[in-house]
This record gives sequence, C-alpha cells and structure tokens, in this order.
Amino acid sequence: MADTHASPNYWKIWFYLFVLTVVEIGVIYLPLAKIVIAVLLVTLACYKAFLVAMYFMHLKFERLTLAIIALTPFILCVFLILMLIPDIA
Amino acid sequence: MSEAAVMHHAVEPAEAPLTPESWGKLGMWVFLAGDAMSFGVLLLGYGLLRHSSSNWPLPSHVLGIGLTAFMTFLLICSSVTMVKGLEAVKNNQRSTAKKYLLLTILGGAGFLGLQAYEWTHLIHEGLTIDGNPWGSSLFGTTFFVITGFHGMHVTGGVIYLLVMLSVVSKRANALGPGWTYNVVEVLGLYWHFVDLVWIMVFTFIYLL
Repeated sequence: MADTHASPNYWKIWFYLFVLTVVEIGVIYLPLAKIVIAVLLVTLACYKAFLVAMYFMHLKFERLTLAIIALTPFILCVFLILMLIPDIA
Repeated sequence: MSEAAVMHHAVEPAEAPLTPESWGKLGMWVFLAGDAMSFGVLLLGYGLLRHSSSNWPLPSHVLGIGLTAFMTFLLICSSVTMVKGLEAVKNNQRSTAKKYLLLTILGGAGFLGLQAYEWTHLIHEGLTIDGNPWGSSLFGTTFFVITGFHGMHVTGGVIYLLVMLSVVSKRANALGPGWTYNVVEVLGLYWHFVDLVWIMVFTFIYLL
C-alpha cells in the first residue's frame, strides 16, 4: 500500500505548519475575548495535528478502520469534556 | 503440497489486518492511540485544575513563548527530515536516508537541549513543583509533569532514532529493503506522534 500513492509535497506541509504556528502566536496578542482566542487556538492546533497525522503519518493513505483507531482517543477526550461540563460550568 | 510446505503454511503468521505491510505498524498505531489517551487525560486534568483555580498565572507572561516557538519549529523540521528519510529508504538511497535520520536526531537533541535550558531558567526564577512566585503551585506541577512526560517521549525517540540509524547503516541488506522500509516507517509514526503531541502541549500549556 505504501507504494500505491504518490508522495505528498512534504515541504508544503512543513510550510503550512510553520505559518499556522506563527498565526497561533499572533492570535494570543489579538484584542479579542478570551473565549474567542481559546477557540481559535484549539482549532488551529487541531488543524496542525490533523496535517501531521494525515500527511506525515500517512493516515490519508491508510484504511479507514486504522483512521478510526487513531481517532478513538480524540473521541474519548471530547466525551470526557462533555461529561465534565456540568461539573465546572 | 509436501508435508514440510503444509507445516510451513500452518506456522506462517496471518497478514496484519488494517496494515498489510507489517504487524509492527499496527502495533505502533495501537500503542500511539493508548499513548494519546495519556496525553489527552493529562491536558484535560490541566484544564480542570486551571479552571477551578482563582490564581492561575497567565502562561504567556511567565513562560518564554519565543524559545518554545523555536522548539516547535525544530520539531516540525525534524518531522520533515524524518519523512524525507523514509522516502530515501523507499528509493534505496542509503546515504541520503542516513543524512536525513541524522538531521532528525539533531532536531530532537536540539529540542531536548533547549528544554533543559528552559527548565533550568524557570527553576532559577522560582518555578518548582511545590510553588512559584506567580500564583497557584499546581501551575508548576502540571507544567513539569506534562512537559516532562513529553520530554521523556522525545528522549525515547532520539534513542529509537539512534538505534534505527545503525540499522539503516549496517543491516539494510540483511533483511531486505522492504523490511528496512517497514521498520523506518514505524519509527516515523512514533516520531511524528511526538511532534503532534508537542503541537497540543505548546497550545494548551504555553499559548492558552
């Protein structure tokens, strides 16, 4: 399977990750509400993690079931957050 | 079919489901999914403690964002050199593969050196696991536990990389190029995961 796909342009992914990191640092100095900054940062971080998993870890070129295994901890963490919200809100 | 062939067939391991290339790759993915839970729960615990504290210091005022941004950059670069190294193994370019693996090791070692410098600096400023001059003492505890747990992963990764560098250097032909590609790919999965986790740690511990 490793040989059936063309290699992605890794330097392009590197460039995206670099730019997104710079944007993240810029975001913390924006004059926005704390919650807006938090949402922006978490979204940017998840997108960076997504790029690393899809292209560097080749998840994009694997079977769907493997991607589901990789997503399981993420789903469980979201579930845990949802279960905790009534306690901290 | 001879008796020997039947015997051989009986002990031949079945192809790994999901990752037909190797069992090692499936094993690494399952390990990483478990490891991701460890980090996920640590970061969730951090969020809970911070949320319920009234005197949590603002991390971006206390911790050095510039230095850690550079550390993030180093890890991102070492992820690219890792993936380029794997590409070189695939194309049977052993010396190129060795060069890229060496660069990846340098990236990881550089990260660890900077983290040691950062920790020393912060400890001198008074940040310890049982208190700090800026607020909640749990700020220091969570900082050292989470960045330390990640740092141990990087340390393990650098050792793993060193071992695999010697494998690529010496035994590339002993077990065939396909085998070498598989083991380097599994190594790459671990290394990119460490990078991925740092992206999360950098965002949650330093920027938020």
